[in-house]
Amino acid sequence: MAHKITYKPYGNKAILIEWPSIISKEILKDILLFKSKIEKENNFFLEDLIVGYASLTLTYKKEFINFSEEIVSLKNIYQSNFNIQKQNNYLWTIPVCYDLDFGVDLEEISKKLSIHVEGIIQLHTNEIYTVFFIGFLPGFLYLGGLHEQLFFDRKPNPRLKVEKGSVAIGGKQTGVYPFNSPGGWNIIGKTPIQFFNVKNENPCFAKAGDAIQFQAISKEKFYRIENEVAQNSYCLLKTLLDD
Amino acid sequence: MIKVLKTGFYATLQDRGRVGFSSSGVPVSGVMDVYSANIANSILDNSLDDAVLEITFGGTQLEFLTDTFIAISGADFNATIHNKAIKLNSRIQVFKGAILSFGKVNFGARCYLAVKEGFKTPKILGSRSQYQNITSNFRIVKDDILKVKSFSKGLKTAYTSIKINKNHFNSQVLECFEGPEFNLLKEEHTKQVFKKIFTIAQDNNRMGYCLNEKVENNLQSILTAAVLPGTVQLTPSGKLIILMRDCQVTGGYPRILQLTEKSINKLSQKTTKDSFCFVLVV
Repeated sequence: MAHKITYKPYGNKAILIEWPSIISKEILKDILLFKSKIEKENNFFLEDLIVGYASLTLTYKKEFINFSEEIVSLKNIYQSNFNIQKQNNYLWTIPVCYDLDFGVDLEEISKKLSIHVEGIIQLHTNEIYTVFFIGFLPGFLYLGGLHEQLFFDRKPNPRLKVEKGSVAIGGKQTGVYPFNSPGGWNIIGKTPIQFFNVKNENPCFAKAGDAIQFQAISKEKFYRIENEVAQNSYCLLKTLLDD
Repeated sequence: MIKVLKTGFYATLQDRGRVGFSSSGVPVSGVMDVYSANIANSILDNSLDDAVLEITFGGTQLEFLTDTFIAISGADFNATIHNKAIKLNSRIQVFKGAILSFGKVNFGARCYLAVKEGFKTPKILGSRSQYQNITSNFRIVKDDILKVKSFSKGLKTAYTSIKINKNHFNSQVLECFEGPEFNLLKEEHTKQVFKKIFTIAQDNNRMGYCLNEKVENNLQSILTAAVLPGTVQLTPSGKLIILMRDCQVTGGYPRILQLTEKSINKLSQKTTKDSFCFVLVV
């Protein structure tokens, strides 16, 4: 489906393409399809393509000579139906230990939402989350699909250090901290999986359009996997998405 | 090789940055003041992509373990070799054992030390720019040994000294374009943006510069979208943040202005309490 999209200059070295300001999988699909068509054109002057919830920003190596010409060409690419090759998207299974030693905010959330800790874990692991894009920190996934019963306000005062691998809820979102970092989200568990590794060709295994499902594991299994990850022998489970 | 004797206030190795990894959330980084870094590299006939040492506010001390040629451009931190003052913006031959020291600030905020053919630290994701969690250190530290090539013979190119544009350090005008959310500002608020003199808050670094003066506004957060170095964000409380080279790839505050490349470079030489105004370019 073609959406009504707008094109704006963003300084003199970038173009911002905007979709209606809604968070939806339909729009994400359209953004990613447009992105892959632009990438196939091999425009030498193009530097990078940055995906947002409802936007795609193109950055260029040089200042524009002709902004309107570039837009005409982009509009043609958007309309074109040729050369479409859908990228493969995967569903990644991410093991998470929801032990209270890791999920330091679980009890507080449980009390305030009047849901048992087991109920929170079930709601959190049942859902399949869409990866909208990656930002904030290298390897930080913006995930859509948190069950509304789990919506929980950010902490009034952020913690100075949230540990790498912490799985957390912030407002209507859930996510995983890829590194030790300050952060205001409520921590419900921890994953031994590395979300960012400069040694890999793709430093982050997931990409926009992929999906994530969390799987509850014991503390014992957490340490076993953590060890395997350190030895580079852990194999992350993925399934091809076919929609 | 060069050995770090004193780190100083803050010094990082930088090239033109890590381009093309936004899909993994990786910031671009790279030299803050491209204008000055290019001068330092040009003096040595280096490639403009060669890595240089970006030194903020001086205090850094280095020992050369090899003969080479260097050039320093950008801010003036009263650099000396064996306590003898050396010239900015010119080619200098250094010998094994030389101790290069950067002292107190004369003008500017960041200076660039280029060495012949650049610093040869490992490239990670296509760049030598230091950044937390990407390179092994996010800045140089005492006792680091930085890899550089050895050059003993005279260079074939003519000995030159480049004249720099003083306006680069003195100008108090930052040129900018309208940002994506500029048109959502009410006219009275837009006026404040261009009438006020802004001063830089203490919270300023390679990621961004916060400003002291506020701009009233009724803008709402946007759906998280791309931000770029040079983007001026306006928070609901009226605080302005100018994003710099190490900024995140996405953000949720309205983007009201976008600085020109030239203005990002100029701002990189300013610091806490310095003042300026914004001017639109067409």
